[in-house]
Amino acid sequence: MPFDSIESLAKKYVVAVQDYAVLAGRALANIFQRPHYFGDLITQADSIGIGSLPIVILTGFFTGGVLALQSASSLAQFGATAITGELVSLSMIKELGPVLTSLMVSGRNASGMASELGSMMVTEQIDAMRALGTDPLKKLVTPRVYATVFMLFFLTIISDTVGTLGGAFVSVVMLGQNGSQYFHTAYQTLRFPDILQGLVKPIVFGFIIATIGCFYGMTTRGGTQGVGRSTTQAVVVSSVLIIFVDFLISQFMINVFGF
Amino acid sequence: MVTAPQTAPTATTDDPSQPVVVFDDVSIGFEGKQVLENISLTVSPGETRILLGPAGSGKSVLLKLANGLIRPDSGTITVFGERVDNMPEEQLFQLRGRIGMVFQEGALFDSLTVRDNVAYRLMEQKIPEAEVTQRVTEALRFVELEQTLDKFPSQLSGGMRRRVAIARAIVNRPDLILYDSPTGGLDPITSTTIVELVMKQRDVYRTSSLLVTHRLQDAFMLATHTFDREQNHMVPIPNGGLDSKTNFLLLHDGHLVFDGSTHDLVHSDDPFLKEYLS
Repeated sequence: MPFDSIESLAKKYVVAVQDYAVLAGRALANIFQRPHYFGDLITQADSIGIGSLPIVILTGFFTGGVLALQSASSLAQFGATAITGELVSLSMIKELGPVLTSLMVSGRNASGMASELGSMMVTEQIDAMRALGTDPLKKLVTPRVYATVFMLFFLTIISDTVGTLGGAFVSVVMLGQNGSQYFHTAYQTLRFPDILQGLVKPIVFGFIIATIGCFYGMTTRGGTQGVGRSTTQAVVVSSVLIIFVDFLISQFMINVFGF
Repeated sequence: MVTAPQTAPTATTDDPSQPVVVFDDVSIGFEGKQVLENISLTVSPGETRILLGPAGSGKSVLLKLANGLIRPDSGTITVFGERVDNMPEEQLFQLRGRIGMVFQEGALFDSLTVRDNVAYRLMEQKIPEAEVTQRVTEALRFVELEQTLDKFPSQLSGGMRRRVAIARAIVNRPDLILYDSPTGGLDPITSTTIVELVMKQRDVYRTSSLLVTHRLQDAFMLATHTFDREQNHMVPIPNGGLDSKTNFLLLHDGHLVFDGSTHDLVHSDDPFLKEYLS
């Protein structure tokens, strides 16, 4: 019956959101409860942070470069190429740095978490862990959440820096602009709310990436096909959520600081 | 053939007169389908309960219920005198320290070596490294796999993985062992090795156990043989005798259709039992 189907579908989604909220809440709260798995935290931080460094640097550099290229050609129509650095640094620090870094880390790590935990679910390793007296949330989820939040914060700063340098490279070497003018405008235009916005976003996005990746991993059903499904869903949902939450944070910051 | 026992026998329960596991009118279903209905059973100290049943009859679900890995929709489950059906997860982690579980496919952690798999529980309990090494070696010697310490599960055969899973389950000398199809998917020779290990645990350490299987030959081997410590091998019980501590349960369509001794099982007039055993 169609009404039953709609009802059961709605219930399914409500239960999923509830389960996600419980997992995310417990993952955060576990930091205050023993035992702590610092070894796993370091391993995850290494895997997520250091492992993602090459793609973050490459993405940041070329994003800054293409931003300078596009801005300069548009600004040239108004004779305002001097503010290329301003445009690049503002765009990178407020928006593109946090969002693109998060999307790259999401593609690499949300999928990795979902597939790793999903494989453990379908091979009963998670049940075995519980049977051996270990809380999988403390051992597997909490280290991933904190490691992602912590490392994404610094990856975003690196991405912002490299993006600004990429913009400088294009502006100076390819477009023949003045280097000190580029860096001067890039630095002078930044205000506290811009920096704050750029640093708050990766904290929230890191939380989204890790909790969504772990949630889909821990709720995997249906063998290898289920693992594939979870992996895809984790990347899609975390990416969409990142862009949606980016809009909310930007709106909130504009309302609070006025620009 | 298995080697001589190295670990000391342990008590099976705090109160020898009390059952180790009690299911009372337990029911559970998934996505609208009833898997187990009104199941009541007990496992006594030192007893081995063999749970038979066709595939999909809810055997593994029953085992997970006993370990508190899933919770029933109704009814009560008591293990070592404590209710596990409504016990908070944190307390269950403590209780599971007395329960060993062997999963259907072994469920070894594939990113850890054999040594770390077997030592997992001990390392979680922060037991000193020297003692961990000693107990892991003992457990692996029990299953004759001492030489595989540094191998990863993917480097082992199916039978070896199952034996490592048994070593992991017994390393902290549990009072109750739950075996989920320990011989499933194995060749007859390897199955016999696994059955011998289960029998050794039963006869040497007197550990209570609940064993799920759909292989009748393994179940009857457990009922008709005993582990001879002198010969270090299993031998048939003389004069066609049966092990008095080994009893059977039979599940069919979510219902417990038989609960009794080996003798009662083979002499039952129930048409389903006759067909199942034939």
